[in-house]
Amino acid sequence: MYQAIVFLPLIGFLIAGLAGRSIGARASELITSGLLVISALLSWVAFISFGLGDEKSFVIPIMRWVNSGNLNVDWSLYIDTLTVVMLVVVNTVSALVHIYSIGYMHSDPHRPRFFAYLSLFTFSMLMLVTAGNLMQMFFGWEGVGLASYLLIGFWYKKPSANAAAMKAFIVNRIGDFGFALGIFGVFVLFDTINLDTVFANAASFAGQEGGENAAPVLNFAGYALDRSSAITIVCLLLFMGAMGKSAQFLLHTWLPDAMEGPTPVSALIHAATMVTAGVFLVARMSPLFELSVTALTVVTFIGATTAFFAATVGLVQNDIKRVIAYSTCSQLGYMFAALGVGAYGPAIFHLFTHAFFKALLFLSAGSVIHAVGDEQDMRRMGGLRKHIPKTYWMMIIGTVALTGVGIPGTILGTAGFFSKDAIIESLYVGQNSWAGYAFGMTVIAALFTSFYSWRLIFMTFHGRERAPADVMAHIHDSPKVMMVPLYILAAGALFAGVMFYGIFIGDGYSDFWKGALFTSAENEILHDIHGVPLWVKLSPFIMMVTGFFLAWLFYIRSTYLPGELAKQHPGLYKFLLNKWYFDEIYDFLFVNPAKWLGRFLWKKGDGWMIDGFGPDGISARVLDITNRVVRLQSGYLYHYAFAMLIGAAALTTWMMFGGAG
Amino acid sequence: MASWPILSIVTFLPLVGAAIILLIWDDNEVSRRNVKNVALWTTLLTFFLSIFIWIEFDNSVAGFQMVEKADWLGSISYHLGVDGISMLFIILTTFLMPFCILASWESIQNRVREYMIAFLILETLMIGVFCTLDIVLFYVFFEAGLIPMFLIIGVWGGKRRVYASFKFFLYTLVGSVLMLLAIMAMYWEAGTTDIPALLEYNFPASMQTWLWLAFFASFAVKMPMWPVHTWLPDAHVEAPTAGSVILAGILLKMGGYGFLRFSLPMFPLASADFAPMVYTLSIIAIIYTSLVALMQEDMKKLIAYSSVAHMGYVTMGLFTMTAQGVQGGIFQMLSHGLVSGALFLCVGVVYDRMHTREIAAYGGLVNRMPKYAVVFLIFTLANVGMPGTSGFVGEFLTILGAFIANTWVAIFATTGVILSAAYALWLYRRVVYGALEKESLREILDLSGREKLMLYPLVALVIFYGFYPAPIFDVTQVSVDALIANYQNALDVANEAAKTAAATQ
Repeated sequence: MYQAIVFLPLIGFLIAGLAGRSIGARASELITSGLLVISALLSWVAFISFGLGDEKSFVIPIMRWVNSGNLNVDWSLYIDTLTVVMLVVVNTVSALVHIYSIGYMHSDPHRPRFFAYLSLFTFSMLMLVTAGNLMQMFFGWEGVGLASYLLIGFWYKKPSANAAAMKAFIVNRIGDFGFALGIFGVFVLFDTINLDTVFANAASFAGQEGGENAAPVLNFAGYALDRSSAITIVCLLLFMGAMGKSAQFLLHTWLPDAMEGPTPVSALIHAATMVTAGVFLVARMSPLFELSVTALTVVTFIGATTAFFAATVGLVQNDIKRVIAYSTCSQLGYMFAALGVGAYGPAIFHLFTHAFFKALLFLSAGSVIHAVGDEQDMRRMGGLRKHIPKTYWMMIIGTVALTGVGIPGTILGTAGFFSKDAIIESLYVGQNSWAGYAFGMTVIAALFTSFYSWRLIFMTFHGRERAPADVMAHIHDSPKVMMVPLYILAAGALFAGVMFYGIFIGDGYSDFWKGALFTSAENEILHDIHGVPLWVKLSPFIMMVTGFFLAWLFYIRSTYLPGELAKQHPGLYKFLLNKWYFDEIYDFLFVNPAKWLGRFLWKKGDGWMIDGFGPDGISARVLDITNRVVRLQSGYLYHYAFAMLIGAAALTTWMMFGGAG
Repeated sequence: MASWPILSIVTFLPLVGAAIILLIWDDNEVSRRNVKNVALWTTLLTFFLSIFIWIEFDNSVAGFQMVEKADWLGSISYHLGVDGISMLFIILTTFLMPFCILASWESIQNRVREYMIAFLILETLMIGVFCTLDIVLFYVFFEAGLIPMFLIIGVWGGKRRVYASFKFFLYTLVGSVLMLLAIMAMYWEAGTTDIPALLEYNFPASMQTWLWLAFFASFAVKMPMWPVHTWLPDAHVEAPTAGSVILAGILLKMGGYGFLRFSLPMFPLASADFAPMVYTLSIIAIIYTSLVALMQEDMKKLIAYSSVAHMGYVTMGLFTMTAQGVQGGIFQMLSHGLVSGALFLCVGVVYDRMHTREIAAYGGLVNRMPKYAVVFLIFTLANVGMPGTSGFVGEFLTILGAFIANTWVAIFATTGVILSAAYALWLYRRVVYGALEKESLREILDLSGREKLMLYPLVALVIFYGFYPAPIFDVTQVSVDALIANYQNALDVANEAAKTAAATQ
């Protein structure tokens, strides 16, 4: 069954990719989507049977891969609770996005290619989450990066799309730089990169006391590291990979640009699944991360900073997709912040619920864009509520789920209410030194989240109709094939929290996870969050209400206010609008110097220095000498005779004095 | 099977083909086609026969197999044999040759006969390099291979072909002279030119240093390592497509093979001493040439510079002397033979149509050439080391080996992963993506049947070895393990000797 779940999308990719032209677009759509639906249904079967079963984890071998020295890596599927959770997330969203795309892409001439890429992505993502060793995980990791590259650049005639695709790939590669080094580090420490062996031996790296543990085990960049510092370095390197893939602070710049891709792609890859791979990685490697307080603290710090930073930028963006993109970035920050304090359950729970409501938001946004003739700027929308009521309500559901609407103290609430509040509470009780900072940042970010989400709703659906009349004339809700996936996701966005709260982070925690999320003995965070003071429980709720009210004030009640505010604080507004100037700084610091250096090394290094003093220089000197010799060749016999005489004299002299001595 | 001398047959079969071509005297349409057909079938037959070497090969034996030995010129004997290190290079050579002939099918119009003869002679010489077990014979094959390559660049090359071919010759000649001196010194010291005997012989430590440097001069140029790499971009740019394929696919591998056959096993102490220098040069090669590749305006030059960077991974991996580093290095060489060969074929495809290699002259090819776009993308990805292609396995293992040996080396080498993505994808974007706006490209045609025949098998292999590289590791495993064990042994003995010397003082 697990083989089927993983390989059906691959089959879909191969059929649509190789034979797409001959079988036609309709057949490609149906085959890839059909296979994905089967895969998704099987995933739910696996989820239920595995979640209720007793088995901890098992490995399904497939075939040999790389065997070299003591490195033995096979293709295999590693199944545990974390895997089946990810299978459900990936395949459900992917199947819905496949179906939705049939409607969304219906007039595109390259549909077989589009569906092939989608299935390729899904396959890579499944390889990533089922990987039993880090090399296979890296395969999936790069595979989803490739699919993302191909899909962002799907409309290859748009220069901006091509640039965004390249940027996404290269920035991700910077993260992969760390990830790869982290894998090597794991190999040096454990002599294997197979997860089951690594996890089994991880405990021996715990603690810092004792003579044996103080001996250096890894010499990294000139530092001889003992066992616990070695683990810290390895975890930080792995986390660098996670930062790239999950668009965390400093490596986030590719995600907003990735919105150049078709909207279903944004929903699937850049919201629900691929970008959560980093969160998955940290959760998967929890047996290592739990050993290093330092690494976890860094995770918290980066996560909380991202949550805050992305939310601030989201406040002022005008492109509907970019607002949601920054929101994704921010929500991923929440997940990392939670991971960092050891709250793996809440983090994965938020990953799970976020997949539903963020996919819903993106696909609804797609439905809006579809309706208004590929317009993405919210300043040219407005008042759409009456024209596309179904989409409007879907968007509202997504928004209430994202902002976490619910009544504290009860079980009445949307998906985000359960998962996000659990994260904020765990940050409050978190032990590491940046947990307090993270708590503050995420609470403020909750205010911003609520504000920008409602701002999006109000600008798009309420107020004056700002779209041109000819667009408004034939505006209508999307066809069924697009709306039904939205209904399913909406159901998830509303009820996933209340349904799965118990097993993900509640009483069923240990029976459900069965150790797939490792927590050390001192880690009692899930127990502690029940004892948080009331004001902590209430704070996200208050923020959410305040954000809604402010958005209402700014965009419904007194619509002159945003302009006023921007005028009063032009510096701040520009700073946020230009995304804290990260792109400009990176161009200045990295991109331009690299180009300059490349040209310099080429012209000066190769051209002037190596060739100049090497072959070209030598041949030039040889030419000089021969020219001089040529000048000597005057053609007069006596010149030669004279030269010969001198030569003979010199030779004789040398033989008489030099040779004898 | 030892009854028939398969290595000799495979080595000299191309010469038979060359002799047949010599007999075709006329110079008209028909005879030219005949020449091409003879060349193609000779190379195909050679490849077919060479498969038997792989089939007959025993993976569990570390030493030389299928040995043929006959007395020849006094102490120099005609001695052939293969082991796990050399065998696959022979297969790679025979495999790539038919593609070279096919790539020249239409692009070479004058002196077809001489061209094909040059290639067939070159094939014999290249196979000879990999299977000879006599060091003088090795030298002869190694150096003689320069001549046909020199002619191929100099006669059938581009505008600056004479400059490029002389630069190529000048560089390689300097290295060769030093290697010849070293070979003579080795003969005086050990009294034999037999490679298996030399592998057993322990050269004194002081001598190892000089011999190592002399061999290094030759192999580093061939590889090519920074800073003696500047002949390669020029040679590639001027060489005809098939010349580039052979240059990148096989000739560069001779340097790596030389390190594995001579420098590392024969001079282990010197190799250990010089390893930091090799690491440094390799890292410089990876970063420096990747940056240079980023700014190239000529497609072939860009790929040539990327070859230098990839060879940097090889030298780095080999000198780590870890199982992963050495096996990864060998794998990287084989994979690079396929990938860079294929990339040059891809450039050849558009060059044949537009007669320019200028990147700026292209753009938006995907609109007219979707099949070409897919094939080019796969090789581009293999070049950046995408998992699932053969390019990944070698790169991953060599850096892993480096990480075990020295983490600084691995850190610097891994930056190449970022840079390679930058230059390769930027090239792809400028050539293939975008709208088709240039007037000259409006009528450009997608891959022809002949081009598909060349590129599709390479695509299949690059992906196959990405997912299932085991056949290659099975071949190399035992020989590499033996190589490392001997190397380690030699170092231990030397350390032991140094300790006792210190103790007795």
